[in-house]
Amino acid sequence: MTFYRWLLHVYPSSFRTEYGEELCAVFATERREASGLGIPVFWIGAILDVLINAFRVHLDIFLQDFRYTLRTLGRSPGFAFTAVIVAALGIGATTAAFTMVDHVLIRPLPFPDPDRLVNLYEDKAALGQHDWDIAPANFRDWKQGSSSFENMGAYFHGPANLVGEGEPQTVQAAELTVDLFPTLGVQPLLGRVFSSDDNRDSAPATVVLSYGLWQTVFASDAGVLGRKVILDDGSYTVVGVMPKTFAFPTREAQLWKLMRLRPDAYADRNDNYLYGVGRLKRGVSMEKARADLGAIAGRLAQAYPKELAQTGATVRLMHDDVSGQALLMLKVLLGAALCVLLIACTNLANLLLARAMVRRKELAIRAAMGAGRERLVRQMLTESLFLALMGGALGVIIAKLALPLLTRLAPVYLPIVATPSMDLRVLLFAALITCGTGIVFGVIPALRIFRSDAMREGSRSGVGGRKERIRSILVIAEVTGSLVLLVSCGLLIRALWRIQAVDPGFRSKHVLTLRTMLPMPKYEKRAPREAFYRRVLTETRQLPGVTGAAYTSFLPMVMGGGIWPVEVQGHPEDIAKRRTASLRFITPGYFSVMSIPLVSGRDVSDSDTFEAPFVAVVSESFVKRYWPGENPLGRHFDFGNHDRVVVGVVRDIKVRGLERTNEPQVYLSYKQHDQVGLFYAPKDLAVRSSGDPLALAPAIRRIIHQADASQPVANMRTLGDIVELQTASRVVQVRVLGAFALIAFLLAATGIHGLLAFAVSSRTQEIGVRIALGARSQGILAMILRDGMVLAGTGILLGVGLAYGAGRLLQSLLAGVTPGDLETFAAAILLSALMTLAGSLLPALRAMRVDPVTAIRME
Amino acid sequence: MPLPEASFHILMALSDEDRHGYAVIQEVAARTNGELKLGAGTLYRSIQRMLEEGWIKEVNERPAPDLDDERRRYYRITPQGRAVARAEAKRLTNLVKLARESGFAPGRA
Repeated sequence: MTFYRWLLHVYPSSFRTEYGEELCAVFATERREASGLGIPVFWIGAILDVLINAFRVHLDIFLQDFRYTLRTLGRSPGFAFTAVIVAALGIGATTAAFTMVDHVLIRPLPFPDPDRLVNLYEDKAALGQHDWDIAPANFRDWKQGSSSFENMGAYFHGPANLVGEGEPQTVQAAELTVDLFPTLGVQPLLGRVFSSDDNRDSAPATVVLSYGLWQTVFASDAGVLGRKVILDDGSYTVVGVMPKTFAFPTREAQLWKLMRLRPDAYADRNDNYLYGVGRLKRGVSMEKARADLGAIAGRLAQAYPKELAQTGATVRLMHDDVSGQALLMLKVLLGAALCVLLIACTNLANLLLARAMVRRKELAIRAAMGAGRERLVRQMLTESLFLALMGGALGVIIAKLALPLLTRLAPVYLPIVATPSMDLRVLLFAALITCGTGIVFGVIPALRIFRSDAMREGSRSGVGGRKERIRSILVIAEVTGSLVLLVSCGLLIRALWRIQAVDPGFRSKHVLTLRTMLPMPKYEKRAPREAFYRRVLTETRQLPGVTGAAYTSFLPMVMGGGIWPVEVQGHPEDIAKRRTASLRFITPGYFSVMSIPLVSGRDVSDSDTFEAPFVAVVSESFVKRYWPGENPLGRHFDFGNHDRVVVGVVRDIKVRGLERTNEPQVYLSYKQHDQVGLFYAPKDLAVRSSGDPLALAPAIRRIIHQADASQPVANMRTLGDIVELQTASRVVQVRVLGAFALIAFLLAATGIHGLLAFAVSSRTQEIGVRIALGARSQGILAMILRDGMVLAGTGILLGVGLAYGAGRLLQSLLAGVTPGDLETFAAAILLSALMTLAGSLLPALRAMRVDPVTAIRME
Repeated sequence: MPLPEASFHILMALSDEDRHGYAVIQEVAARTNGELKLGAGTLYRSIQRMLEEGWIKEVNERPAPDLDDERRRYYRITPQGRAVARAEAKRLTNLVKLARESGFAPGRA
C-alpha cells in the first residue's frame, strides 16, 4: 500500500489530490481479491496502469496548457514577439560562441588517436626563440635517436607555381617527408599517399592534391591520378587526392609535395626550416617524450657547441598548440556571449514577472475556481518554456548565420577546416541552455506571484516598493553586464585605434603590389633573373601614372622572417647571442616607391654588381646598435655569408608587423645575391602610381606575361590592403564584441524602460494622489527619473569594478592600452547614463500626464 | 469524433444507477462477461475528463455498501452524457451497418 501511495506521485499533484484516495481504495479492494499466482499479475497490472495513465494525464494537461499558452500569447503578440527575440539573441550568441570554442578547443583534431600527436620545435632559449624551425640534420638525429615515438615526420610550407592547368597560378603547398602522412594516420580519398619508393632519388617527383584543388582546377576528374603537373618548372606525378576534411598544416594548404632531403641538406645544423610532427608510442607520456628528445638535443649541443649551444627540443600536444591570444579571444567571446545570455534571461524573467503581476487578477480568479498552485505554476512554466523554445529555434538560426563572421577568430594555423559545423552536441548545448532559460526564468516569476501577499491582494492594483525588489535587482544586473561589455569592447576599440595609428615607416597609399615567384631552376642563374627584373621594371615605369617601381625579396608584413645573424668587426659577440637583422634584396628605387626616407648616403644602384664591392643600406636602429654616434658610412660587417660595406642609412620600418618587435633592416643589391639561398631572390613587385593603383593591374599583368608567359602573378593587392590585413582579426574581434555589447546595451535599455513603465502604470493611483495633493509635474518627473538613475547608478558602480577586472584579463589583447583607461570608462558610463535616461524618459513623461481624477476613480 | 472506449463503458455502467469508482469497474466487467477490466488509473482519468466535459457529475459522498464504512464518491450520468452515449451508439450502429454491407459482419445489410 505504501509503495502504491508512493507510486501515485508520478501523477500530477492536482490529479493525485483529487483521486488519490479513490485510487488507493480501489487498489486495496482489488488486492484483497487477488490470490496465488494472481498477486504478481495484479501488481504488474497496477504499476502499468499508474505509469500509462500518469503519462496521459500529464499529456492532457500539457496540451491544455499549450492551447491556453497559444491563446494568451496570441492575445498579446507584442509580448510574445519581444520575449522570443530576447531569448533568441541570448541563445544565438551563446550557441555561436560555443560552436567556435568547440571547433577550436574542444573537438579532437580530425586524425586518428589525436591525443598522441605532438608538434616538435627547436628551442633556442639563448636567443629567446622557443618554437624555432628544425634543421634537417637535427631532425634526422631526433628521429633516429628517440624511443618515445611511433613515427615522426617533417614539413615546411610555402607557395608554389602551378603551371599548365589553365592560367598559371600560385597555390599554397607544403613539402612533407615520406613519414608525415603515416604519422598523422590519414588515408587519401583517391589513390595513395607517398611511399618509400617515391623517396628514392631516381623515382619521379610526386604530389598529392587537396580536395579543393582537385575540385576547382581538375574538375573532380577521377582520372587525375598518374597525371603530370608542372610546379615551378618541375614535373610531378599526381598520386592521390585527400578528403575534404584534411587540412594540414593549415586550412589553406592546397597540395602536398614529397620532400626528398639530399645529403647536402644535412650539412648545416643551423639551417632551420622544418616543422616536426611526432606520434607518441602508446602509453608514452609527454614527460617521457620531452625527456627523451631533451637528452638527444643535449648530446647534439655537446657535439656541435658552435652551432647548437643551448639548443633544446620542444614537444607540445598538437591540439594544445594554440596561441595565447587566440585562446584568450575565444574565452572573451564565450564570456561575452554568456554575458549576453545572462542579460537576455534577466530581461526575459523581468518580462514574465511583469506579465505575471499584470495577470494576478486572472490567476487569483483561476485559483479561486479551484486551480491548484501547482497547476498554475505549471501553466506558466509551459508558457515560458514555449517562449524559450521558440527563442532557441530562432537563436540557432541566428548562430548559424553568424558563424561565417566568427570564423576569422579561429587561428589559421590549426589543421582544421575554416567553418565550424553545428553538430548534435552543439544543438544539445543550445537545447540545454534554452530549457535552462525557460525553466529558471519561468519558475522565478511563477513562484514569486504565489508568495502569499501577492495572491491575497490579487484584486488590488497597487504594487508596493518591496515587491519591486527582485525586478530592480534584475535590472541592476543588466546594467552591470552591459557596462562590462561596453568597456571591454571600448578597450579593444582603443587598442585597434592605437595599432592603426602606428607608423609603419613607409607610406602605403597609391602602391600596387604583386608577387612573381620566379620558378627555379629556370631562374637559378643571375643573368636571366636580372633580365626579367630589368624588362618588367623598365616597361612598368613607362606606364602612364607610374612614378616608380621596384622589386624586393619580401614586402614588409608579407613575410616577417628572413632574419640573419650579424657580425661586426670590433663587436665580438658570443655566437649563441649573436644579434640579427632582417635581410632583403632590392632593386634601385625601392625606397622611393615605398617612401622610406633615406637619412644619409645613397640607395643601392645598378652599378653595385656582383663584381663590385658588396654594399648594404641599413636602417637607423642598425646604426644605433653598432655605431652609436658615429658615421656608419664605409663601415664593414659580415652578413648573409659575405662582407658588406654600408653605403646608406634609411628609416626603420615595421618589417614583421604593426604589433611586433622588429629587427633592424639591412637591404642588399639584387645583383650581389648568390651567397644567400634563392629563397631570397626578389619576387615582390611594388609600383607607386599617381592615381588608383589597381587601375594599373591589367597593364602590369600584360607586361609580365610578355616577359615570361609561364609566370603566374599572385597576390595582386595594394600596399594599403597589406597594412590593413594587420588589423583585420582585431577588426573582427571588435565587431563581434561590439555586436554583443550593442545587444546587451539595448536589452538593458528595454529592461529599464520595462521596469519603470510598469512601475508607473501600477503607481498611477499614487501619482494621481500626489498630483491632487499639489505635487508639481517636475517633481513627478524627477521622482521617476531618480528611480531610474538609482538603478543605473548601482549597476554602473558594480559594472565599473567588474569591467576593470575584465580589462585586466584582456590585457594581452590591448596593445598597451591600460585596463583602467579613463576615456573608455567615461564613454561607457556616459552611454549607460544616457541609456537610463532614454529608458526612463517615456515612463516619466507618462507619469507627468497622469490625470488625478481618473487615476483616483480607477480604484 | 469517436468516444474513447473506456468512457463509453463508464457511461453505460452509470446508465441505470449512481455508482462509485470500484462499482463502475465491477459493472463494466460484469456487462462484458469479464472481458474488460478497467484499471483504476484509466477509470479516474476518464472520470476526470468526463466531469470536465459535463457528461457525468459527482453526487454526495456516502458509505459504499460493499466497502465497509468508507465514504466514497458517487457518479451520476447527466442528460448531456446520455446524449453523447446515444450519439456514439448511433455512430457505431451505422458503422456496423456499413460493415454488413461489405460482408465484414454477420446479419443482413
